[in-house]
Amino acid sequence: MTASLSLIQQYGPQVLSGFGITIVSWLGAVVLGMALGFLIAVLQLFAGRWVRTVLRIYIEVLRTTPFLVQLFILYYGGPNFGLSLQALDAGIIALAIYGSAYFAEVFRSGFTSVPRGHLEAAQCLGMSRLTTIWRVQLPQMLVIITPSLVNLIIILSKETSVLSIVTVPELTAILTQIGSEQFIYVQTMLILSVCYLLLVGVTQKLGSWAEARASRFLQH
Amino acid sequence: MFDAQSFLHALPLLLRAAQMTVFVSAVGLLIGFLIAVAVVSACLSPRPPMRRLGNLYTFVFRGVPLLVQLMLAYYFLPTLGINVSPDVAAIAAVSLCEGAYLGEILRGGFLGIPRGQIEATQMLGISRFATLVHIEIPQALKLTAPSLVNEMILLVKASSLISVVGVAEITRTAQNIAASTFRPLEAYVAAGLMYMAVNGILSVLGHYAERHFERA
Repeated sequence: MTASLSLIQQYGPQVLSGFGITIVSWLGAVVLGMALGFLIAVLQLFAGRWVRTVLRIYIEVLRTTPFLVQLFILYYGGPNFGLSLQALDAGIIALAIYGSAYFAEVFRSGFTSVPRGHLEAAQCLGMSRLTTIWRVQLPQMLVIITPSLVNLIIILSKETSVLSIVTVPELTAILTQIGSEQFIYVQTMLILSVCYLLLVGVTQKLGSWAEARASRFLQH
Repeated sequence: MFDAQSFLHALPLLLRAAQMTVFVSAVGLLIGFLIAVAVVSACLSPRPPMRRLGNLYTFVFRGVPLLVQLMLAYYFLPTLGINVSPDVAAIAAVSLCEGAYLGEILRGGFLGIPRGQIEATQMLGISRFATLVHIEIPQALKLTAPSLVNEMILLVKASSLISVVGVAEITRTAQNIAASTFRPLEAYVAAGLMYMAVNGILSVLGHYAERHFERA
């Protein structure tokens, strides 16, 4: 018991900072990826055929290659183009780009789920295209896509563990390192699992709250 | 900037490594499917403890990153006295994780089967197991075919993580090539293309299977 207490004293701050980095990279990737994905989905609505084809290829390439390989290309291949990034920055950017393809697909499915008649009605009322997106399409599609968005956000939270492979000192990296320093692999891995389960559990709860809020105007 | 020579040199090596990726994915899918059927049966069982057990399995294996599960399998099994090679640890972790994901997909399929069919098999005296194998699974597969193909593609991509425990699949081989040629960009782009090829074939086969199911 005293041994484990001293271990907590010794490694506690490190683990906390690892947890912080996990959260920062996760939230950074979610915010950037969601913004980029939304932009892509909106562009797919407006743009001409060529731009749409390019965006389609972008999405398909990102969806058919593993995140780990994308991360390696950005972090280890980037310097070939003169693009030298810190491990954490590269991780957040790669995760955001990876997520943007999936976010774009979710938003696109949302846009197609809003009945055409609503768009025509908005047009007749003289709403601009952007106002229509903001006032008519977005509120309605949020009801439908919130579960998929939450699901995607949870997937990204677990995907942050991959950043440990390119030396980002996040939770997985820290606990693996502690495991090999103290020869307590199983304990550290179990603690690590519990941490991720907590993260996912909390996100799920927040997700159900968001779902209820997105659909609150349906309950009258 | 981009050296075509080392890119082309990497391709045959990666093609051989792709066999390992496909092998681990296929075995993981097969064992994962068996686990998934067990998990679904538990989740849809009339007994509450079984249901709780099934839901707990799904929550744990979907809630923990595959990378962590992989390292846990790799380090945990030896402490039980089971000395596993990296390949076995990788297949075990992938199967267990895949069992949870496939289970969630199949659950939708099982729920889509009309209750009357199950009652009919009971009337006909068909055993519970025979009902599962001959009535429920084929229909659940048909109902969930698009999601299953999607999950297969995700599985092939997830198998890149087993490079971490030293299995010589596409990503690991690309790492080795990058380390020995000092040309990471070419090696990893080639690896990416290899995954795209495997997934492209999978998605074509998937479309074909879906059309076949539609006709049946």
